[in-house]
Order: sequence, then structure tokens, then C-alpha cells
Amino acid sequence: MKKGISYAKWGYIFLIPFFVVYFIFSLVPILETFGYSFLDYVVSQGQAASIRNPSGGADNIINNGFCGFKNYADVLKSDGIFTLSFKNTTILWLIGFIPQIIVSLLLASWFTDIRLKLKAQGFFKTVMYMPNVIMASAISLLFFSLFIKNGAIDTMLGHPDMLNNVTGARIVVGLINFLMWYGNTTILLMAAMMGIDTSLYEAAQIDGANPTQVFWQITIPLIKPILAFVIVTSMIGGLQMYDVPYLIGGTAGNPVGVLKTMVSQIQLGKNSSVGAVSALSILIFIVSAILGFITLKLMDDKSVKSMYDKKKQPKKINMATSKK
Amino acid sequence: MAQLKRILAGAMALCMAGAVFTACGDKTSDDDKGGSNGKTTLKDVEPAKAEDLVNTGKKYNIYVWNTEFKERFEKYYWDQRDEALWDGVEVNWVTNPNDDNNYQTKLDEAIKGQNDAADDDKIDMFLVEADYAMKYVNSDAPLDVIGEVGLTKDDLANQYKYTQDVMTDSSGTLKGVSWQATPGLFMYNTEYAKQVLGTDDPEEVQKAVADWDKFAETAQKMKDAGIFMVSGYDDTYRCFSNNVSAPWVTDGKITIDPQIQKWAEQTKEYTDKGFNNGTSLWDENWVAGQKIDGKVFGYFYSTWGIPFCLLPNTLDDPEGEQKEGNGGYGKWKACAGPQSYFWGGTWICGAYGSDNIAITRDIMLKMTCDTATMKSITENEQDYTNNKAAIKELIDGGYTNPFLGGQDHLSLLSDAADKIDLSNKISAYDQGCNEEFQKAMKDYFQGNATYDEALATFKTNITTKYGDLTMD
Repeated sequence: MKKGISYAKWGYIFLIPFFVVYFIFSLVPILETFGYSFLDYVVSQGQAASIRNPSGGADNIINNGFCGFKNYADVLKSDGIFTLSFKNTTILWLIGFIPQIIVSLLLASWFTDIRLKLKAQGFFKTVMYMPNVIMASAISLLFFSLFIKNGAIDTMLGHPDMLNNVTGARIVVGLINFLMWYGNTTILLMAAMMGIDTSLYEAAQIDGANPTQVFWQITIPLIKPILAFVIVTSMIGGLQMYDVPYLIGGTAGNPVGVLKTMVSQIQLGKNSSVGAVSALSILIFIVSAILGFITLKLMDDKSVKSMYDKKKQPKKINMATSKK
Repeated sequence: MAQLKRILAGAMALCMAGAVFTACGDKTSDDDKGGSNGKTTLKDVEPAKAEDLVNTGKKYNIYVWNTEFKERFEKYYWDQRDEALWDGVEVNWVTNPNDDNNYQTKLDEAIKGQNDAADDDKIDMFLVEADYAMKYVNSDAPLDVIGEVGLTKDDLANQYKYTQDVMTDSSGTLKGVSWQATPGLFMYNTEYAKQVLGTDDPEEVQKAVADWDKFAETAQKMKDAGIFMVSGYDDTYRCFSNNVSAPWVTDGKITIDPQIQKWAEQTKEYTDKGFNNGTSLWDENWVAGQKIDGKVFGYFYSTWGIPFCLLPNTLDDPEGEQKEGNGGYGKWKACAGPQSYFWGGTWICGAYGSDNIAITRDIMLKMTCDTATMKSITENEQDYTNNKAAIKELIDGGYTNPFLGGQDHLSLLSDAADKIDLSNKISAYDQGCNEEFQKAMKDYFQGNATYDEALATFKTNITTKYGDLTMD
């Protein structure tokens, strides 16, 4: 008996370019970074490489070989570059993410509400997504000049000079991250909510559930997989936060270094303290992995998942979308 | 063909000779790593013969961080270039901004790849700044200006000695030349001077800022009139950092010089008393203060600051004609200020491996040695050129500067230039140290941290940025 034609191999063939690029530009550098993190490896910025005597080697590289976990111990010290920047990064991420997820959930549920039937959805979606299209650096510079001492907003608020005090600077960075990402999150959550079987909402209405109950008992449990995706991606993005805090606070992360993020420390030391910042990179990798794992575990509610899968019949989905 | 071979052989021989000398130089400079740049006399080396210089490239690559040199080059060099040398050669500017060691990093990468790069991608010329000139002086990347590029000591005779000292390595090889000398002055707003001090005469104003005590007294008067004495925290920095007793880095160790500490203390005092507007160098408000009604009395500027920063910043219409009535044109004047200092300075270096050394020689000769060219740069651009003869001719000819309300600021600069002495003051790590120290101290000035806390921040940042350095 001859088997049917298998199209699976084409899938793999089309995936080859991705894996080749991933292998060369991501996997190999990650492994190299891992290797460097165990080396006592420093590039002197006070010397340039010798070019007239290339056989003598580049004399600005000081490589003292394998040093075990010394780099890790150094960056994890109480005044090490990981300790402070991890705390800062987490705080900055939370300040941006908490309002972002609240507003996104609210907007997404309004826009998908079968009774509200909001008009001009396309327009609003575009407007909400807009800040994400603009470069982070452009938005940061705009906010920098708005909030800097004597800037437009600073003047409007009566010169609080927000960029120069700890809370103010954190709020500004959080606000930028919020503005940039709430649209993206909203669109994702809307897609998730539109996938929910409308008959569930109708049934809930007939049973006399109020909107709050509908939201917490039906919407949230059913969008959990997407919610988990949003949280994990945002968390990984948050751990790698760099551009916005850097443009507001510079490499020193002024004021008082609260805008120093983990990646900004990598940027600060990448040309010289290679071993130490490699260790820091690997730590970011480990922390991301752990946090991602925990989130997925917490969000992975087996009962909901099975119920969701059962309800998600293709026919119903078509009905729901055609209704819209 | 034979001709070409001979040229190549000659160039190779020179390079070999150069390599031997620089190798020796490196040994000694390694010992005082990042350390002093004493006053060494130029060693006697036979200048390379112009006709032996290689000129086979089709692209002339110049590494720069801003447009300053490019503007000078296009306006003052291009018309008098040696067209035979430039036949079929195009100039290519490779621009990388200076901040956060960015230019240095990019230049280092290019230097590292210099031997393997295709001929037309090789660096032919690169520029360095005082804050990190040492790094390249101690490296073998720049060509010997005399032995390999072929300038003679006579060509270089009119330049300020200090501009050559900076670029001379410990074996006495000159690695770069500059078209400017960078003594610093205190530029002040004449309208505020008249309003508060009752005069805008440079001599009278100089009396009011003759030393730091007088400076503070005047600052108080300015403050009572609602005017800031200086714009921000970093304005007075160079006055102190150029009068240090030892460089930032000696033997791989960072030390905070008492002068630097004095800057921090004084700036804290000024900030608390409201003598400054709390800006940082180059930021929007710092620039805005240079308008004639910018509420800032004065700026510490070195020579390049006048044409390149103050002039464009003070004009109401930057595109408009440069004449009185356009913003602050003609309403700024200069005096020596409380302490003599210099700030910055750009040097031109030829790159080892270049295939257009003949062009490098032509540029260096016309842009840094030619008295007539240098004179016209100073006349037209307010820049202070590195040529004693040109400056003297101008002063003797009754030079006046319309931008500075008809003042002859060259005499002032000339006095200041004679006082510049950089020996044992600069290290290869200065850019990072200066930038990070200023940033860290900002917390102290703003009351967000104590001096010790700010110092600890500086330590963490600088030892991350320069992993090979330590600090107590």
C-alpha cells in the first residue's frame, strides 16, 4: 500500500533558513558568551591593537584564562553589576507592565463586548498600536525633552524636575514603556477574546451574570494561554530593557543609577570587561528561563485548558467571527 | 612597473623601520601604562621623501566624529589640493559620534582589521581628541609624521610645542599634527555684564572673575539679578581637570586628583547657592542658555567652542547672515577667566597601511603647517589655528573679531596657549573617566547622593567600562 503524499518535509525545508540564521547568529554567540563568562578576559581600552606586528598578537587583550565562577561571584556581589541592575530592571518593568495589562484587559474587553458594539474599531486599533510603530529612541527623546527641567510638561506641572528624582525618573520610563506596549497587548488580548465562543456570554447573560462576573469567570479563564504568552514575552522584553532607560538616564542611569538596567550594564562593559558582562548575560538568560517557566506553570490550568479545547470547535469560531 | 616596485619596496622598508622603532616605544610605554606623556624632544629621523610615498588607492577614508574637520577640509583644503595626487581618488568620510567611547571603539575595530581590509577600505587618516590621544600615540597605528609621512621639522616649526608634545611617544616619534591650539577662555554675555557689573570691558570683567573668590562674588551679584553665573555642573570642569597634578590613570590605577575633588565641592556649593542652572554639558537647556537672553552670564569655552558651538547656538536664525542683529552676534566677549586651562583639541593622524600616504602629507602640510591657510581659517572662522606666525601676523595687523563685538581675542588666547602644558596630565582613559565622573557627580549636586555615594557609583561604572583598571 502506498502512503499518501507527505507535505511535512516541505515544512522542514522551509524552516531551514531560520535554523541556519539562528544557529550562526544566535546559538553560536550564546555558547561563546557562555565560554567567555568563565574566563578572566579583559580588553584594555587604553591601548589599541598592534597592527605592525600582528604575529605578536593584539596587545590590548588581557586573557588570564579559566577562572571558574569568579565573574559570577563578582557580578552577584552586593555592589556587583547584577545585584543593583536586576532590582532596577524589575521595578521599571513592573511600573510599566501593571498599568499596561490592566488597561489592555479593559480596552480589549470593551472592544470585544457583544453588547457595547463599539464603532470605528479599526481606527481605535490603529491609534492604540501607533506608539509601538514609532522607534523607542524617538519616543524616549520626545519624552526626555518634555520632562527635562523647563521642558513642556515639566513647566506645566510646576517644575517637579522629574527626571532628576528617583520616583519621577522611574515613572517616566514606566510611562513610555506603557505607552509603547499597551496597544500591542490590547490587540493580542482582543484576538484571544474574540476567539471565545459567544454562546458562553449569551448563556451567562441569561443566567443573570453581571459584566464583572462575566469578565472574571468567563473571559479571564478562557484567555489564560494568551495571557501567559503576553506575560512571558513582556517579562523577557522587560529583562532586556535598555533603550528607553538609557536615553533618559545615560550609561550611569541617573538619577542615582536607578535607570541602570541589566542590558545597560552589558553595554557599559562590553568593550572592556568581557568576562564579567558575559556572566551577566548568562544570568539574564537563566533568570528569563526560570521566570518564564514559573509563569507558564502558574498559568497552566489543566481543567480550564481541557474545557477551552473542547469548546473551541471550528464551526463555532466561524460563527463568532461572521457575527462580527 | 619597476618604478612601482621601487616605491613599494621603499614604503615597506620605511614601515619596517617604523615598526622597529615603535616596538621599542611600546615597551617603554607599557611600563607606565596609560601614564605620563612627558616632554620628549622629537628624535632625529630622516623625513620620508615625497616622491617615495605610496599613492595607489582610489578611495581616501577619513575617520571623524563630527563635521568640524570636514568643514575646514572642504573650505580650506579642497581648492588648493595637489590635483595630481587626487586624480581619480575620492574622499570618504566615516563618521561615528564621540560619546561613550563610541568613536574610539569603532576606530579600534577598523584598526584591528586594517591589515586584512581591502585596499580601498583601509583607513587612510583618522582624527583623535586630547582625551584619548595617548592611546593612539602609544600604539603603532599612526604613521610617523616625519619619518613616514614626510613632513620636516621646518614645516612643523610654527606649531605650538604642546600640540606636538601630546602626540609624541616616549621614543620621540611624532604621531599626529593639529590645525588648532585649544587654550580656553571665559566667554561672557555683554548685556548681562553691563546690567550687573556696569561695564562690558574685557579688562574690567576679567577683574570681576580674576580668581575663584571673585568669581563667586560676581556669581552672587548675578544671582541677585536673576542670572546664572554658569549654565551647569560641568562648565567649570576643564578649569580644574587641566590643572591636575597627575593624570586620571597611573599604572592601571585610577586616582581622583585634589583638583577634580575641588571641582566637585565647588560645583556643589554653586548648585546649592543657585549660581548655575543645573544643566549638563550639551543638553538642551545648556544650549538654550547661549541665547543672548538665555539668563546665563558666561561659558567656559576653548577656541573651537566659539565657531563650532557658541556662534551657531546664539544666533536667532542659524541659517541667516552672520551679522549684528542676528541673536547674540557681536554681543559676546571673552576674558581669561579665573584659571588658565585648555579643552579638547583634535589631531590628524595618518594610518599605517594607508595606500595614499602622499595625500596624507599634502593634507597635513596645507592644513596644519601652511601659514597663509591657517591665517585665513582664523580670520574667517574664529578658530585659533596652530600656527604662531599666522596668529602673530593677525594680532600685529590689528585683528578684531566682529562676533565678539570687535574684540581682539587672539591676544588673550595667545597668552593662554603659551601656558598650556600637558605633560603628566593626560592618560589614555580620560574620556571615560571625565564622562563617568561628571555623570556620577550629578547625583551629588542634585542632592540625591552624598559625595561618597557618588564616588562609589563612579567606581562601579568606571571599572566596568575599563575592566583593566582598579580604583581604591
